[in-house]
Amino acid sequence: METNIIVSGFGGQGTLFAGQVLAYAAMDAGKHVTWIPSYGPEMRGGTARCTVTISDESIGSPLTRNPAIVLAMNLPSLDMYEPMMVEGGLVIANSSLINREIEREDLRGFYIPAAEMAEDIGNPRLSNMVMVGALLEAEEVLPLEVVKKALEEHLPKRHHKTLPSNFKAMDDGAAFVRALS
Amino acid sequence: MTKELMKGNDAFAEAAVRAGVEGFFGYPITPASEFLEYMAKRMPELGRAFLQAESEIGAIHMVYGAACAGVRSLTATSGPGLSLMSEALSYIAGTEVPAVVVNVMRGGPGLGNIAPSQSDYNQMVKGGGHGDYFPIVLAPATVQEAIDYITLAFDLADKYRALVFIAVDGNLGQMMEPAELPPMRGLPEKPPEWSVYGAEGRDPNILTSIYIDPPDEEVTNIRLLKRWMEIEKNEILYKEYELDDAEIAIISFGVAGRICSSALRTAREEGVKVGMIRPITLAPFPTEAIRELSKRVRRILVVEMNTGQMLNDVKQAVGGNVPIEFYGRIGGITPLPDEILEEIHRVNQNTEDIADGQEKVQWLERLEARIERGDQ
Repeated sequence: METNIIVSGFGGQGTLFAGQVLAYAAMDAGKHVTWIPSYGPEMRGGTARCTVTISDESIGSPLTRNPAIVLAMNLPSLDMYEPMMVEGGLVIANSSLINREIEREDLRGFYIPAAEMAEDIGNPRLSNMVMVGALLEAEEVLPLEVVKKALEEHLPKRHHKTLPSNFKAMDDGAAFVRALS
Repeated sequence: MTKELMKGNDAFAEAAVRAGVEGFFGYPITPASEFLEYMAKRMPELGRAFLQAESEIGAIHMVYGAACAGVRSLTATSGPGLSLMSEALSYIAGTEVPAVVVNVMRGGPGLGNIAPSQSDYNQMVKGGGHGDYFPIVLAPATVQEAIDYITLAFDLADKYRALVFIAVDGNLGQMMEPAELPPMRGLPEKPPEWSVYGAEGRDPNILTSIYIDPPDEEVTNIRLLKRWMEIEKNEILYKEYELDDAEIAIISFGVAGRICSSALRTAREEGVKVGMIRPITLAPFPTEAIRELSKRVRRILVVEMNTGQMLNDVKQAVGGNVPIEFYGRIGGITPLPDEILEEIHRVNQNTEDIADGQEKVQWLERLEARIERGDQ
């Protein structure tokens, strides 16, 4: 079983970090995993995306044309990946910045107002963790508790004061999806 | 030891530290810059030398100097930087001192771009500098292999007083993957006998690449060639995939090779008897293994992220035994597993002979059709 997840958005939205949190958790859960950014000369404001591949077997390609899961943090990301996704794929869409519905009928989609939810927690930069929480509720990628533990273990100590709000962001994202299903 | 999730460039750099590198000299260039950044922090912690030179030319000459003094040293760069280093690389080879150069390849020629590529195969394997010399070239495909082969690179460099390249691409430099680092090695107590470390009480060692008298240079060339023949005999490495009953064989290296391994797995599930040889030493090249393989498969598919540089070495090995096909993406584009899968199925069904050179003509037609479709 191999799952490809693409996290995509603007630079500064924490897309690369969200992917890393999933990658650390996958490793801690004993899975094979790769994380690869689409790197370019752009910094904040440009496109930032990464591909996370989680597998029970050793991983060949760290890249895929047809992802199974997309965390679309903004509209250009949804526009780019919706046509590419595998049949029956899962989209977690940040509806704070995406003003359209998913067009493909074979895809499963959840619309998460991640920016507003992050604002409610008191830090707009937590929208990535809201999206991660939503993903983990929508699909059994990894248990939420494993991801929280991974965040705690791999986040540098100097950032540990942000752990409670990160956890809350994940919990809120998960609860939002639970309420929809 | 437990596995850690490490970024390629950081992992390569820490592997070099643990292999006992005492001098790092470099100049930043994407997609290799994290290597230098990591060393800038790490080397001073250990009281070892880190120096950001004024240019790649300065950096490689510092590697040359440190190597002459018997110190394990290396640099990391990308294509344009490697071009600037060419002269000194030839001097290192001519002086017969060990050095390791990591090349995180990007799209070219010229300034090109910073996207992953394998277009420096010839530059490294065939030697970018002047004169008859033979660098060892290692091409890892995973972060773990990169760690392992950087350690090996230093051992080979010391054993043969050789120039060793680590050929990776921007994908491997930038990606994160769980990997295990080796324990920290102790540093040698004294420099190697041949190095220049002060000649009190003995005759001085002389290290040079100047042999004004042609007979002296000829003897040197013979020594270098014989040493290379030893390397060819002892040090060839490659990885085999599903070759037992294979009718079709892929030859591919580095990240292109691991992408092929994904396509290979799917093709096997779909009933295609396909296998692969992934050369790990691009030089010395696994010529004999590929020749033997070519006697028992129907067809060979070479996959690279360049216009077919390794293809020539495969052709030489195969010697016309079976038709060879080629597929590559170029300019900084990484081929994806579905593209390779399509190629495997096509090659599996193709029974036509291919005249020498036609494999590239046919590949270009397919590639241009793909670009035309807007299918990146």
